[in-house]
Amino acid sequence: MNRAYELSGANLITAHDVVKDFSGHRALNNVSLKVPEGSIYGLLGPNGAGKTTLLRIINQITAPDHGSVLFEGNPIGPEHRSMIGYLPEERGLYKKMKVGEQALYLAQLKGLSKQEAMKRLKVWFKKFEIGAWWDKKVEELSKGMAQKVQFITTVLHEPRLLIFDEPFSGFDPINVNLLKHEILQMKEQGATIIFSTHNMESVEELCDHITLINKSETILEGEISEIREKYSTDTYSVHFTGDKNKLTNGLDSRFELVQLEENGYGPQATIRIKEGDGTGDLIRNLVEVTEIRSFKEILPSMNDIFIQVVNDASQKNDLPT
Amino acid sequence: MSKITLIIKREYLTRIRKKSFIIMSVLGPFIFAAYIIIPMYFATLEDKDEKMVVVIDDSKLFTEYGPEGPAFVIPGTEFLKFQVVEGVPLETFKLGFEESGYYALLFIPSNILASESSLIYSTNQTSVEVTGYIRRTMESEIEHLKLASHDIEGIEKIIAEVETSINVTNIKWTRDGETKQTNTGVVMGVGYLGGMLIFFFVFFFGSQVMRGVIEEKVSRIIEVIISSVKPFQLMMGKIIGVGLTGLTQFVVWIFFSALLITGLKTAFFSELNQTPTEQVVASNLFDQDASSAAPETGPEGLNNEDLDKAQEIFTSLKSINAGVMIGAFLFYFIFGYLLYAAMFAVIGSMVDNETDTQQLILPVILPLILGLYVMINAINNPDGALPFWFSLIPFTSPVVMMVRIPFGVPWWQVAVSGSLLVGTFLGMTWVASKVYRTGILMYGKKSSYKEIWKWLRYSS
Repeated sequence: MNRAYELSGANLITAHDVVKDFSGHRALNNVSLKVPEGSIYGLLGPNGAGKTTLLRIINQITAPDHGSVLFEGNPIGPEHRSMIGYLPEERGLYKKMKVGEQALYLAQLKGLSKQEAMKRLKVWFKKFEIGAWWDKKVEELSKGMAQKVQFITTVLHEPRLLIFDEPFSGFDPINVNLLKHEILQMKEQGATIIFSTHNMESVEELCDHITLINKSETILEGEISEIREKYSTDTYSVHFTGDKNKLTNGLDSRFELVQLEENGYGPQATIRIKEGDGTGDLIRNLVEVTEIRSFKEILPSMNDIFIQVVNDASQKNDLPT
Repeated sequence: MSKITLIIKREYLTRIRKKSFIIMSVLGPFIFAAYIIIPMYFATLEDKDEKMVVVIDDSKLFTEYGPEGPAFVIPGTEFLKFQVVEGVPLETFKLGFEESGYYALLFIPSNILASESSLIYSTNQTSVEVTGYIRRTMESEIEHLKLASHDIEGIEKIIAEVETSINVTNIKWTRDGETKQTNTGVVMGVGYLGGMLIFFFVFFFGSQVMRGVIEEKVSRIIEVIISSVKPFQLMMGKIIGVGLTGLTQFVVWIFFSALLITGLKTAFFSELNQTPTEQVVASNLFDQDASSAAPETGPEGLNNEDLDKAQEIFTSLKSINAGVMIGAFLFYFIFGYLLYAAMFAVIGSMVDNETDTQQLILPVILPLILGLYVMINAINNPDGALPFWFSLIPFTSPVVMMVRIPFGVPWWQVAVSGSLLVGTFLGMTWVASKVYRTGILMYGKKSSYKEIWKWLRYSS
């Protein structure tokens, strides 16, 4: 139907063993990643992990010391610049320049003709309700207003790859929703989106794939659903009716009752399977002692996984010698 | 439109639309004119105070007795008058001299011929001009008296015949044996003006490049721009855009200066519709061979001497090959600017704010200032060793060569100097672009020249 469908499975961006050194400090150490076409790809990691350096390399702002970056299987080059839109974490516009003039200039640098840029800008300015700012200087705008303008200049040339570094920081919840909506719509139209963030909620909400970088190295990579599966602790939430003591006493020793509480829907138990793949056994056991109203696996949140993986990694590195 | 053209266009348009550009364009010629006129005005102010010097002439050698009583033999000037008093002792003036209204008291002792000294008394320091005038006139008067004392027949006539004032005219021989009359002062002035203009242009617009780079870095727009264009394109676009702004300002200044001169002329000299000087100018400028047709004798209002002077100035101007001069000016103007602008761009890329530039900028402007000093030296001796070498060194040649060219420079020297300048410009731009692309992404680094070496070794 559309390009995203046809090329599903192909990778738009492939990075192989990327290494980047800055005077004695290794910013990236053999980082590899594959960004599937049409996906929203989350680049996660603590501050100073090397995310921005990797994004700069993909944007050809800096070049890697070793390794390579491919765009649709070809080494990335100047011809790809107009196919990428980049919203850096540190936002900035020419302060003394007028909003409209500046948006036109940035669009033309990305290869749009003046007429085409003008046409598209009118649509976007209307959509974001900022038409009145056209002749204002950037220094007259608030920070949030300037960020809206910058978002528009990032996406205006309808690039195949969009790279957002912390796109939601500095926006109010209403505008965050507006942006999320636009980002999802661009995905719909076939764009591939890489975005780097600390906001794990938005990662769960938007991303299909993630890479977690810590201290210059990849420590976790894959589809979100797979990762959450992988980090599942075999813990289940059970709503039931019946005697709570019967459950406490009747539970097999293979299962651990983590928590038992009563809420508006009746009693709820959190149970972990200590050994084996015994979901069936657990249900059978539960049926004997209670009447199950709902049974659901508790998957770890991306937030938990992030903290767990980063802590594990630093423990490994910080082992006493 | 190519990306570099877009960048040049933005740099150019945002700059020429600035209020400061428009104000400088209009006020520039006035400021320059003020630089020339104000000191002249002050100089004339000084002279307009009439000074009365009272003279006590004990020697009686300097006093003439006319119908109006005793008078000083040395004539006064427009603003300096002498009054001889007799029979009043020196001491009576001592008290209350300030209130007497006299500027100074000149005391000529009776033994002036032997002692060759006189005294000037005053309450304030007497000016060098007044002292100098009195010294010069008394010297020549005493010389006359001494000569006259030898009792030679017809001595007055002899003295009048002996007095001479020499006028030195410079004639230059060209290779083809042609002779050209030159006025060293005029030739010097043209070279000096050219060198000065290049100095100011490089300095002023070079720092604008630097400020532009800092602006992009501080506002953080740099990352967006260089994800669209190569850092080299951005740097060159900025340098060229700012350079064009400078050229525009220059052209506007010439235009306004012409307007200003025409305006002043019509305001003050409207009664002389076309002065003989103008005729000379016209015949010299528009008809190279018609200089002999210039009027030999001036009409009323201008004497022959003035006319000769004007004639001399314009023949001197003509002796400078205008094509070579303009060509050389444009060449050194453009490449001198390009060379320095690349260095200024590097400094801009190294810092996070403008105050940090101060220590880094010194090594860059030092050769420029050195060039200025050598240029001033070169005015006295344009073919000396110092101007020769500094007109070849690319960092100083744009300023120094300009002052040498009007005096005539062997073509091979211009060729060597020119190719060294272009070569250095290319090398410097290559180095600058390497440092620049690293520098613009660095924040919070302590900027030093040591850091440059590190950045140079980074891969792109």
